[in-house]
Amino acid sequence: MLDSPRDPAVSNPPVQGFKENLGKGDVVRRSATASLPPPTRKLDEVAKLIDVSKCIGCKACQSACVEWNDTQPDIEENVGAYTNPHDLTPDMFTLMRFEEWENPATSDLEWLIRKDGCMHCEDPGCLKACPSPGAIVQYSNGIVDIDHDACIGCGYCVKGCPFDIPRVSKKDHKAYKCTLCSDRVAVGQGPACAKACPTQAIVFGTKTEMKAHAEERIADLKSRGYENAGLYDPKGVGGTHVMYVLHHADKPHIYSGLPDDPAISPVVTAWKGVTKSAGLLAMGLAAAATIAHGIFAKPDRVTAEDEDAGRALAEGDGTGGRP
Amino acid sequence: MSQPTLVEPGDAIRPGEPPVVERYRAGARINHWITALTMVLLILSGLGLFHPALFFLTSLFGGGQIARTLHPLFGLVLAASFLLLFLQFWRGNLWKPEDGAWVAHLGDLVAGHDEKMPEVGKYNAGQKFVFWSLAALIVVMLTTGIMIWDQFFEGLTPIPAQRIALIVHAVSAVFVILVIILHVYAAIWVRGSFDAMIKGHVTAGWAWRHHRKWFRQLAERRAAGTDRL
Repeated sequence: MLDSPRDPAVSNPPVQGFKENLGKGDVVRRSATASLPPPTRKLDEVAKLIDVSKCIGCKACQSACVEWNDTQPDIEENVGAYTNPHDLTPDMFTLMRFEEWENPATSDLEWLIRKDGCMHCEDPGCLKACPSPGAIVQYSNGIVDIDHDACIGCGYCVKGCPFDIPRVSKKDHKAYKCTLCSDRVAVGQGPACAKACPTQAIVFGTKTEMKAHAEERIADLKSRGYENAGLYDPKGVGGTHVMYVLHHADKPHIYSGLPDDPAISPVVTAWKGVTKSAGLLAMGLAAAATIAHGIFAKPDRVTAEDEDAGRALAEGDGTGGRP
Repeated sequence: MSQPTLVEPGDAIRPGEPPVVERYRAGARINHWITALTMVLLILSGLGLFHPALFFLTSLFGGGQIARTLHPLFGLVLAASFLLLFLQFWRGNLWKPEDGAWVAHLGDLVAGHDEKMPEVGKYNAGQKFVFWSLAALIVVMLTTGIMIWDQFFEGLTPIPAQRIALIVHAVSAVFVILVIILHVYAAIWVRGSFDAMIKGHVTAGWAWRHHRKWFRQLAERRAAGTDRL
């Protein structure tokens, strides 16, 4: 029996021609853009579900990601850990993070492997922080994507992200992260990582389907003694379009620092909110006030008396003008 | 007798028809205008990243990528150039008792009752405010700017610190722009001020009206024959 939904990530993709089905009319959020035309339709929300308990750490997802996105991650040194490369990079959009955790309740060593990458937040901090109009967009299916033609390489997205995901390339000075294979999803396929996963620890479908599938997996894990098993779909960022099934959902941080309660930092919100509007207002008012003063007020001019007194002092014996 | 800190090197009365008062040497003026030019470039490129409505300003530099690259480089030039200005002007900008009285009469100044203002030295309290606030703000902007300059200083500080640097950089930038608006407008409103920074000298009437204490001291030095020492 197959416990994952039948979806393009699992079954073979359609071979007949498929019209690209993700475009400008599907954009619901656009960075640095105040008003956006309403989307022409509402796509089903999609999600990638990563079942940490089924992951065997084979890194097929990483390989598939590199292959599909045609990136060239640097070959690095072995530093005695399976995590490789050492971190997400502009050429490595997803990374298996390996953590050896001793469960204090059982004294068992648990090998926690988490596939890290963009979570495709419903409320994306990267998009909020981005200063370049249209460099980051969110589609109505939930995918958050970077338009590299508009990206200016400032790295604000790196600071806006609650999960520390985007990386700015030193080569072309543009930000890179997982696209949820938006180019594959647009033509009816699932993400490359899900396609490659040999244990179906990674599955892809509509968010509703994925939540239902997660419920089955959680029930299974609970029946095996993982009483804290649960779904990671953090509310602080409005939910995510990449979700985890965790066997210890009560403490996400044990999975290589997955944030317990992620949200866009209030500092970022204040910076992009009140600072921008109040700052622009203050500068505008100051400029307008000086222009108005310049037009309507009398300039501070040197008078003829000043000139006489000044000349007397300049030409005098040094005491001139002193009363 | 004369207080040496009121007068900067090069300040002197130059007899002639009419007599003029030397206020800024060529070096100081060039230094000032390099600072001013980089300040304008910094404000334009920075505002482009500050608010989406101003993003079009980045096209003055050839687009967002180039504006993003140049902005911190302008910042380094400004910091170095301002440092040189600072070293020349800081003594003259130390706070003096008459500065408090000058601030107390600010209402009279704006209302045009110049005769009620106390006599001040080379710089009045308003100029000192511009000087010290810019000095402090530039230190803050340089520090926070380096923290968010990923091209060369990526990972120098943790991301939560970088977020604070971003907001502090933005808020400080707003204050810098407000101070610059004050500085430029004061120079326009007080007619004759541009001469000081362009030609290097002002009329005797201007010196008498706006910086009489400084002017008197120059006259005393001239009378004593120590004005060109």
